[in-house]
Amino acid sequence: MTVREQWVAFLTLIRREMIRILRIWGQTLMPPAITMTLYFLIFGTLIGSRIGTIHGFTYMQYITPGLVMMSVIVNSYGNVTSSFFGAKFGRYVEEMLVSPMPPRVILAGYVGGAMLRGLMVGVIVLAISLFFTSLHVVSAWVTISSVVLTTAIFSLAGFINAMFARKFDDIALVPTFVLTPLTYLGGVFYSIDQLPEPWRAISHANPILYMVSAFRDGMLGIGDIALGPAYAVMLVLLIALGITAERLLHYGRGLRS
Amino acid sequence: MPPIPALDLRALRKTYPNGVEALKGIDLRVEAGDLFALLGPNGAGKSTLIGILASLVNSTGGEARVFDVSVQHDRSRAMALLGVVPQEINLNQFERPFDICVNEAGFYGIPRQIARGRAEKYLTELRLWDKAFGPARNLSGGMKRRLMIARAMMNEPRVLILDEPTAGVDIEIRRAMWQFVQAINRGGVTVILTTHYLEEAENLCRNVAIIDHGRIIEHTSVRALLAKLDVETFVLDLAPPHAPPVLPHVEGMQLRRVDDDTLEVELPKGRDLNALFAALSAAGILVRSMRTKANRLEELFLRLTGSGAEVAA
Ligand SMILES: Nc1ncnc2c1ncn2[C@@H]1O[C@H](COP(=O)(O)OP(=O)(O)OP(=O)(O)O)[C@@H](O)[C@H]1O
Ligand SMILES: [Mg+2]
Repeated sequence: MTVREQWVAFLTLIRREMIRILRIWGQTLMPPAITMTLYFLIFGTLIGSRIGTIHGFTYMQYITPGLVMMSVIVNSYGNVTSSFFGAKFGRYVEEMLVSPMPPRVILAGYVGGAMLRGLMVGVIVLAISLFFTSLHVVSAWVTISSVVLTTAIFSLAGFINAMFARKFDDIALVPTFVLTPLTYLGGVFYSIDQLPEPWRAISHANPILYMVSAFRDGMLGIGDIALGPAYAVMLVLLIALGITAERLLHYGRGLRS
Repeated sequence: MPPIPALDLRALRKTYPNGVEALKGIDLRVEAGDLFALLGPNGAGKSTLIGILASLVNSTGGEARVFDVSVQHDRSRAMALLGVVPQEINLNQFERPFDICVNEAGFYGIPRQIARGRAEKYLTELRLWDKAFGPARNLSGGMKRRLMIARAMMNEPRVLILDEPTAGVDIEIRRAMWQFVQAINRGGVTVILTTHYLEEAENLCRNVAIIDHGRIIEHTSVRALLAKLDVETFVLDLAPPHAPPVLPHVEGMQLRRVDDDTLEVELPKGRDLNALFAALSAAGILVRSMRTKANRLEELFLRLTGSGAEVAA
């Protein structure tokens, strides 16, 4: 395929994902809006008012970047798992497999679509946060690049999950038993400075900590991790997952018999 | 130089991970412009072979070339030449037929405005245009099959492959599908289809290969194949009285009693039946109706696997 043809194929996939996201908006865009409103109300307003400040910010201000990241992670991951596993389950993944599209275009289309969902949800949650607190952005560059990297990482991870999945349970398992705990323990609701050792040191093994920290650094100018290591971790993850997903797709893992 | 064949399979093998040897070394050439049938019983390996061509199944030996482009080594270019209609429905039930077709074209790198025109053309030709903008799940089984054909045409392939396109399709739609396939073939597209029905190959195709247990046991023209079936069997339903215990003898025919009211007769193809009826009348046997015995394919298999297998194996 020429580069031009690959571009047409990529846009076709993105377009199809967008239509899917908007068609089932009640499952894709609504739930994070509702959940996050509840988080803002309960943690931010009711509980947060008793907590005092963290690094000079109110609790509401402190958790806003964390909650945005949490929704972005869950939604980009969930988008690619349900969309790609759905295509596998309904067998129409074959439409793509019998086409001349190289694996990297299929991957880019699904990951791109999932990233769009993640970012759309991120913007929605950020918009909701404006009802509760004011918007802070210290560095737009850090804010945007860290959220884009994060959504790319979790879209890739979700894609790999969907390739291995054989039944719907298999795509529900990782979000419940891995993603949610890691997010809750990844500095969304607290600064790891508040943790006693050894929990503080152990937290450094959690990749989500680096992402949330960088994003919060972009918005509020404070983070648990310096930006250098945070970006290094994100880039390494991105490249490792990208190569893994492309190779698995190339060999048709779970797709070609 | 001989012309490049549309399909060239060499020592193609597939052993599934569970150990099933679905293809045991297939050598097959299909010429450009042919309308070709791959005939075989359940589990013969037809879908496996088509899966390899469509790059949905990884071969475990040998090579498949489409117009001299290797499916195994140059997948993307080979796929651009093919249109594939699978045996099992593989449509996104929530998408609209029009979008399914336009998106498929997109996967081949075809720009949307061209794709829209083609989608309209092929959905109309397959009599689906009035259903093009409702969800695909509202289509009947036969409509879904036709939609898969329209989808496979979106890249205007040089080789169209159909895996049992008419399974579960009524006779009228089947005829319409045959006409569509013939028209496509006249337009220069090589067509390869699999079927269980000898009748389908007979009505539609020029050349045929028979596959059984992962081996090609016969590869010839439909005409030559039918000539092999030089014996026909008819079933005679009798009117009362019952057939007598001893049947008349007719030279060159085998008359058998099936039950009190049914006889079977086997005779060389093309032989006149007057002598048979004269003998039956003389014996006081009244024939109410007569039909050819169904499933000639079964008969053919018995012949090929029994006596003719060594010819091609
Ligand atoms: N994914 C698979 N894993 C293991 N074995 C398989 C797989 N697919 C097919 N087989 C086996 O390979 C053999 C050939 O199957 P195939 O589907 O190619 O037959 P077919 O000629 O298309 O049959 P049918 O007319 O019923 O569609 C069968 O024994 C089947 O059980
Ligand atoms: Mg089959």
